[in-house]
Amino acid sequence: MDIGKKISTAAAIVSVAGLVLFGATSTDVAAIEAETPENQDWQFEGVFGSFDVASIQRGLQVYLEVCSACHSLNQMAYRNLADLGFNADEVKAIAAEYEVTDGPDDNGDMFQRPARPSDKFVLPFANEKAARAANNGAFPTDLSLLTKAHPAGPDYIYALLTGFEDEAPDDVELAEGMEYNPYFSGGQIAMAPPLFEDSVEYSDGRKATVENMAWDITNFLQWTAEPEMEERKRIGWKVVLFLLVLSAMLYAAKRKVWANQH
Amino acid sequence: MARCHIVFAPANRLSSGENGGKLAVHSAVRFRKGKFPMTDHAGESGGQPESRRDFLYLTTGLFAGVGTALALWPFIHSMNPSADVLALSTTEVDLSPIEVGQSITVIWQQKPVFVRRRTAEEIKIAEQTPVADLPDPQTDAERVIKPEWLIVVGVCTHLGCIPLGQRPTEPRGDWNGWFCPCHGSHYDTSGRIRKGPAPENLWVPKYEFLDDTLIKIG
Amino acid sequence: MSTHTQHSSSSGGGLVKWIDSRLPIFTYLQKEYGEFPAPRNFNYWWNFGAILSFMLVIMIFSGIFLAMQYTPHVSLAFDSVERIMRDVNYGWLLRYMHANGATFFFIAVYIHLFRGLYYGSYKNPRELLWIFGVVILVLMMASAFTGYVLPWGQMSFWGATVITNLFSAIPLVGDAIVTWLWGGFAVDNPTLNRFFSLHFLLPFVILAVVVLHVIALHVSGSNNPLGIDPKGPQDTLPFHPYYTAKDSFGLAVWITLFAAVVFFAPNFFGEPENYLKANALLTPAEIVPEWYFLPFFAILRSVDFNLWFIDAKLGGVIAMFGSIFVLFIVPWLDSSKVRSARFRPVYKWFFWIFVLDCVLLGYVGGHAPNAKVFEGVDWLEFIDLGHVGTAWYFIHFLVILPVLGMIEKTKPLPTSISEPVLGGGQAAAGAAAKPMEKA
Repeated sequence: MDIGKKISTAAAIVSVAGLVLFGATSTDVAAIEAETPENQDWQFEGVFGSFDVASIQRGLQVYLEVCSACHSLNQMAYRNLADLGFNADEVKAIAAEYEVTDGPDDNGDMFQRPARPSDKFVLPFANEKAARAANNGAFPTDLSLLTKAHPAGPDYIYALLTGFEDEAPDDVELAEGMEYNPYFSGGQIAMAPPLFEDSVEYSDGRKATVENMAWDITNFLQWTAEPEMEERKRIGWKVVLFLLVLSAMLYAAKRKVWANQH
Repeated sequence: MARCHIVFAPANRLSSGENGGKLAVHSAVRFRKGKFPMTDHAGESGGQPESRRDFLYLTTGLFAGVGTALALWPFIHSMNPSADVLALSTTEVDLSPIEVGQSITVIWQQKPVFVRRRTAEEIKIAEQTPVADLPDPQTDAERVIKPEWLIVVGVCTHLGCIPLGQRPTEPRGDWNGWFCPCHGSHYDTSGRIRKGPAPENLWVPKYEFLDDTLIKIG
Repeated sequence: MSTHTQHSSSSGGGLVKWIDSRLPIFTYLQKEYGEFPAPRNFNYWWNFGAILSFMLVIMIFSGIFLAMQYTPHVSLAFDSVERIMRDVNYGWLLRYMHANGATFFFIAVYIHLFRGLYYGSYKNPRELLWIFGVVILVLMMASAFTGYVLPWGQMSFWGATVITNLFSAIPLVGDAIVTWLWGGFAVDNPTLNRFFSLHFLLPFVILAVVVLHVIALHVSGSNNPLGIDPKGPQDTLPFHPYYTAKDSFGLAVWITLFAAVVFFAPNFFGEPENYLKANALLTPAEIVPEWYFLPFFAILRSVDFNLWFIDAKLGGVIAMFGSIFVLFIVPWLDSSKVRSARFRPVYKWFFWIFVLDCVLLGYVGGHAPNAKVFEGVDWLEFIDLGHVGTAWYFIHFLVILPVLGMIEKTKPLPTSISEPVLGGGQAAAGAAAKPMEKA
């Protein structure tokens, strides 16, 4: 309408943009030391994103056969695997391959028994101290929420797993037992490269290159971090569509109510 | 803070100051059902037929009302048992250590379940009881899969106390089953109510024999 | 009074009268919301009071259902939140509604506050109304602060540590106060438990102050974009149906935006670091509060120098609390006799500069003080921008507002809200003659 309104609208937009800017960039400092991971196109990204279930199942295999030696997945229970298309018997079978401590029994002793679907994923180490002792003082972080715990999330995990380099650059002096990875904060990571060509034999015959395994494990970890994602987006569309229609109806109602005031 | 909107439907549109008509109360902003008023302080509305205006308000109000009701469901449903609770809805029990005449108590869904290995005498009495004598008529066969094993939820059907009778030292009541000390309900060797205020027999949970000595309850 | 009181056959009418004659709640609501005269020229910036009420209801509702599932113990809190996200039916929805609800609550409150600053809604006779509003803002900040600690993530723990440590800057009693706040020697289980208790309590205190806020509003009536008082019924409209309809529409648009974020970008405003369990032995690279605290965080960190006997830490604390306190006294700082910035051409510019200053401070607050603002430009660090931003913040309130009111040449005010202005100020005439253009 008048210039004042134009100014206020423009300033409002700038303010919102500013809000968005500092909402989005407030934690980029931690990554300044590390290289920014390249942007990948993940199937789960975006408002229409969905889970690549086949990839996630392969990622589960990578986790169970490679990562679970050191990394826990303490937020997941075996029964959650039903969401990946495994039936009840398959879930029971997967769980039964692992042992959990239960008890006390009637003698007051703790005992081992096969895991059930209702159990959480078995931890590789009894506690943090045991984990550190087995890994030169470094603690293998729990993986359940990793894609949400880093600003670049999945891109970071993929870059990290595929980004190990044989030689550190000249200006980096590697401490004892450390490996060089440009994507890790500080450049030095205590984890040796975990993935090698054919570390895993995929049951669907897919080639187990480092890139493929890194891709699959990243998809898997995105699922462990946000298992509700597909339901959330599905309901989201219904809700937003409903609200858009309701907004339109309320606008029409408002115009009708105000009709005699114009 | 719910905001109530009072809707007026004045009898006379022209008398904008009149407060005639019924007082209908509508609840918070989003619960908009029913008519919006016809009052206009600037005089005639300009010829809009009331019915068309009402239709818009009515449908908008209903739409918003339906949306609000649907929006309430997640809150209510969040109080229903969560996935981890539902995952623990079955319990397996190993029957092999239980001797004839012995009872054990297991926990299933946070409740006690009585597992009794009945003696031949107890089975005979349970099977031969005339159903007409029972306040809650049920044959023994309807309550067991294998007659040797009686499995009932150990919660009195009166007001929820846990009946006595599992241990040899506890009273078993007049019918040698269980006795509830809270209000004096007597249960027989099939777990059926015989005397006392309890309205129903002890509840038999869904269970199955996975093999001869292993059952799964739930 | 009316001859038609019995014409309704519905029992609703009888029941309502029965209650009303014993407790006149319906008469009261009819008067305060049904007929209440509101200026006819509200623009959409006036929707935010209703939007804020809605957000408070959402936060309390989602919070109560979350509290049914949450465990306030250091060993269990993080996992209980994850259980809510994964196992509780629609738990993820409750959690994301609550977390993003806080963000939207603050977006709305800042807009509402800036609306007040722009249109002079804090001026006589609405000073107490304004003060109640600032009280609500402070209570909101306390609620948000205690609430953020509850998930017991890295940022929860370290944010709590940093902010509670600030109180040690208070001379003499500082350390005792911090120990008292903590209930121990560091942020730990006693702290978490009491923060949960306070977090549950404060929203209801907010509710009470909101009631006072609205009562105070109804004593003076609302301000309006022109900043001039309504002269009679020709300048007002009954709140219902005009503003109930308009507020409903605005609210629907707002909820649509809220839903879009909750369902499609629920972690956009959040801090990824908080998805790591709190570790008292590992400080995150950057300790940052949620976005709505960033401007105040920037002000806190911008005092990195000592002033006489006041060391930098205490100076920062004083500046931070001062930046909130100064809001309380705005009605007495602004000397202008004209309310609305529509008729204050110079103030209008200063207002928007202030808005940009707040955005700048927020941007600064999200970065390490000694980081370079632009790559390759070594001499400009974020702390420098922080100095400028903080200085301007206080200059705006303590210098601009008092001085401008005395020397500004304001535009002539229209004679009334509804009557067209004869002569004087085209903009004012335009504004007055068509108040409903953009309604």
